Amino acid sequence: MKKLLYIALSILVIQSCTNQSDTKLPILGNREPVERTVDGKTVVDTIYQTISPFSYFNQDSVIITDKDFDGKIYVADFFFTSCNTICPIMHRNMLDVYKKFKDNPKVKLLSHTIDIKYDLPSRLKTYATKLGVEGNQWEFVHGSRDSIFNIAAKNYLVSAFEDSSDPQGLVHQGWFILVDTKKQLRGAYDGTKADQVKQLIADMDKLLREEAADEK
Amino acid sequence: MRNRFIYIFLFLFIPVITIQSCQNEDSITYKRYFVNGKGLYEKNCQNCHGADGKGLGTLYPPLTDSTYLIANKQKLACIIRNGQTEQITINNVVYQGKMPGNNNLADIDIAQLIVYITNSFGNKQGQYDQAEVARDLAACK
Ligand code: HEC
Repeated sequence: MKKLLYIALSILVIQSCTNQSDTKLPILGNREPVERTVDGKTVVDTIYQTISPFSYFNQDSVIITDKDFDGKIYVADFFFTSCNTICPIMHRNMLDVYKKFKDNPKVKLLSHTIDIKYDLPSRLKTYATKLGVEGNQWEFVHGSRDSIFNIAAKNYLVSAFEDSSDPQGLVHQGWFILVDTKKQLRGAYDGTKADQVKQLIADMDKLLREEAADEK
Repeated sequence: MRNRFIYIFLFLFIPVITIQSCQNEDSITYKRYFVNGKGLYEKNCQNCHGADGKGLGTLYPPLTDSTYLIANKQKLACIIRNGQTEQITINNVVYQGKMPGNNNLADIDIAQLIVYITNSFGNKQGQYDQAEVARDLAACK
C-alpha cells in the first residue's frame, strides 16, 4: 500500500515538472514536412512558416530590414495615421506593451502603415511623437504598396487592403502578431481587446524565457 | 409578533417610497440623458478619447479638463456635430488633430453626449437639454 502511494506521488511530481516545460507557445501558420536522411534512415522535419526578408523606411527616414530584428522577439501590426476607427484603440493598447518592455533590447515593435500615399516617414514621426514614443524600439514603417500588402497577407496572415467602398478607403484587421527570434509566428491577438493584449504581454514574457533557455 | 414585522416593514419602506416619488422629473430626465449618452459615447467617441476620457498622448485630447469643458460649453455641440481641426490648448498642452464630424447624430443625441461627458471623468456640470443644443448648433461657425 505504501509503495503505491510513493508511485502515485512520484508520478505527480514528474507531471508537474513536465507541465512547466509544456507551457511553450505554439508555432502558428503553414508548415510542411521535409524528409531528410540520417544514417541511412529517413526522418521527417517540420518546416514552419517564417517572415520573409523586408526593407522599409522607418519614422526617422532610415532604411530598416529584417536584420534589425535578428535575435529579438517582436510584435507586428498594420494601421494608418488618419484611421479613426480601430487604430486609436490598437495603439492605446500597444502603448501598454511598449511601456512594459521599454528598453528591453530583446523586444521590438513594428507598425506598418497601409496608407502608402499619405503616411510618409515624416508623418509617421509626428504620429509617433504625439503618441509619446521616442527612439526606435517601436518602428513605424512605410514601404511600397506591394511589399506591405503582400507581407500582411502572406507572412503575418493579417487581412489589409484598399477598398473604395470603405469611408476611409482602407480596410484592415487589428491583429497583433508575435514573432520569435527564428521569425516564426507564435501568437495572434486582437489588438482592440484589452484582455487579449494582457495575454500578449504574458506570452511575450513566456517567449523571452523560452528564448533565454534556448541560448544556454 | 406579526404586527412587529409589519411595523418594521413599513418603517423601512415608507422612506424609500417617499424619496423615490420625491425624485422630480428633472433628475429622471438627467439620468436618462446620462445613461443614453454613455452608450453613444462608447459607440462614437471612446476609441479616440478613451473609456477614462484621458485621450491618447497628444493625438487625441482628454475630456478630463473641467476648465476647458466649462469655458467651451457652448461650442461642444458644434465640435461634436461638425468635428474640429483647429489647434487647441488644454491644460497647457497643444493639440492639433482632426476630430471627425458626426452628421448622423440628432440634436437629442448630442445633448445626451454633452450631459455624459460634462458629468464624467471628473466633470460635474449637470443637465443640458436638446433646446440648448439646438441654440448652440444654430450659432456654429
Ligand atoms: C477619430 C478620433 C475621434 C473621435 C471618434 C472623436 N473625437 Fe473628439 N476629438 C478628436 C481630436 C483629434 C480632437 C482635437 C481636435 C483639434 O485639434 O482641434 C477632438 C476634440 C474634441 C473635443 C474638444 C477638446 C476636448 O478634449 O475637450 C471634444 C469635447 C470632443 N472631441 C468630444 C468628442 C465626442 C463627444 C465624440 C463622440 C461623438 C468624439 N469627440 C469623437 C478625435 C476624436
